[in-house]
Amino acid sequence: MDVIFGNLDLWGTAIQNTLIVFVGGGVFALILGIIIGAMRVSPVPIARGVGMVYVNIIRNTPLTLVFFFFVLGYPALGLPRLSPMVLGIIAIGIYTATYVAEVLRAGINTVPVGQAEAARAIGLPFGQVMTLVVLPQAFRSVVPPMMSVFIALLKNTTIAAGFSVSELAALRATVNDSAGRPGSPMEVLLLVALVFVVLVLLLSAVQHRLEKKWRIVR
Amino acid sequence: MSTSVLYDVPGPKAIVRNRFIAVATVIVVAAVLGLIVYRFALSGQFSAAKWGIFTYSAVWNQILVALGKTLAAFGLAAVLSLVLGFALAIGRLSEHRWVRAPITTVTELFRAVPVLVMMMLLYYGLPSVGVKMDPYWAVVIALVAYNGSVLAETLRAGIESLPRGQKEAGYAIGLRKNGVMRLILLPQAVRVMLPVIVAQLVVTMKDTALGFIITYPELLYLAKQLSSNGQFQQPLLQSAFVIGGIYVVMCLILSGIARMLELRLRRSNKALSTRGSHTDPAPVEPGDPRLHPEGTITEVISVQDRE
Repeated sequence: MDVIFGNLDLWGTAIQNTLIVFVGGGVFALILGIIIGAMRVSPVPIARGVGMVYVNIIRNTPLTLVFFFFVLGYPALGLPRLSPMVLGIIAIGIYTATYVAEVLRAGINTVPVGQAEAARAIGLPFGQVMTLVVLPQAFRSVVPPMMSVFIALLKNTTIAAGFSVSELAALRATVNDSAGRPGSPMEVLLLVALVFVVLVLLLSAVQHRLEKKWRIVR
Repeated sequence: MSTSVLYDVPGPKAIVRNRFIAVATVIVVAAVLGLIVYRFALSGQFSAAKWGIFTYSAVWNQILVALGKTLAAFGLAAVLSLVLGFALAIGRLSEHRWVRAPITTVTELFRAVPVLVMMMLLYYGLPSVGVKMDPYWAVVIALVAYNGSVLAETLRAGIESLPRGQKEAGYAIGLRKNGVMRLILLPQAVRVMLPVIVAQLVVTMKDTALGFIITYPELLYLAKQLSSNGQFQQPLLQSAFVIGGIYVVMCLILSGIARMLELRLRRSNKALSTRGSHTDPAPVEPGDPRLHPEGTITEVISVQDRE
């Protein structure tokens, strides 16, 4: 118990930083992912090409390397200083955006063409075809895989620990290196693992509920 | 043209609009790339002094050694996680509760703990209970635990996607549980899930780069070491680009294999489904044994098989 109560201050900041990276990275990934996803399904060949190149290159780069580029590489460019946390959020956002884009693309492609054709046949204009028929169905089939993307994002926040962001996975080093902190690395790491298990199970539970609630019968 | 539901074949107005969007895309992308190149040039990232480090064969030897370490971790982790995946998948489908329950828990746990935390537990955590672990084994074991459990879920999904009749037919011809699983269910599940399995291997490959954080001397670790070389003005971005290129090429090869398998599978599935459809039986031609009441059963079956 000393591991928790002796280091309560550290646990507080660590959990807070993990959540900041998670939420920040998530929002960034969603915005960028929607743009890239839209490019990948757009009627403009050049936009599709740009989207494809982006997704294929970033997806096949280890996230650790993306962090390396941003957190360590960015300062070498002599641009305005940004904290490792902000750079970490950008790195994880840019990486996760590729997954968001792919999920969106797959979701839109699950809507049968007949749905849009039927909507046009009864005389709906493009805007209503989209908002009333296509997107609601696409959205429903997108939500469960999107939750998986966010679960992966949550677990990936730990990598920020290797790049001087003091979040949960970095806690061991902080406890270890400062004198008089109670707890062995083993205890700290087991607790960190437990926190992640709880958070991930929570997100999976949400995912299962949404999946059941929004199942489309086809 | 395409099967997308999002847009029609463009008319004259839409063509003009699409051209406009295309030009805008090119301008935005060129601006972003231009800005990056400009900053690179301004901060001296293109100087020969910084790239010079990659003209030495000694450096490339180091890169080869590090590449070997990355591949060593990836290779063993890939093989072992496949083994673990099969074991966990079969265990989770067991009919005995006392086998199923603990294996389900273990699979869910392994999937929920971040790989890096698992690596840290093995590398930094175990010494405090008196076990010293080499970074190589910490990387491999953590990767095996995570990817093994993910593969187990994949295989299980594959097995559950098979028609019920497959299993029943297996029992009907007198196979035991072992035979049904080994001879009938698993081969089909592996075939269905092959693209996903290879895609998971890409993830394994990418995750070997996490070893960098627990000081396993693989490619990214080498990149960090090279980047602190003062003699070449600390070529950080340069080593990241070179090493990153190596990773991208390796992963693209694996992704390419996954995509190829998927295409091939889809094609053969299509062939199967059109052949197996009962709504449209093949016309019976003269000379067909099905026309003759005397035709033996094997003759009839052989004709049906041909179609």
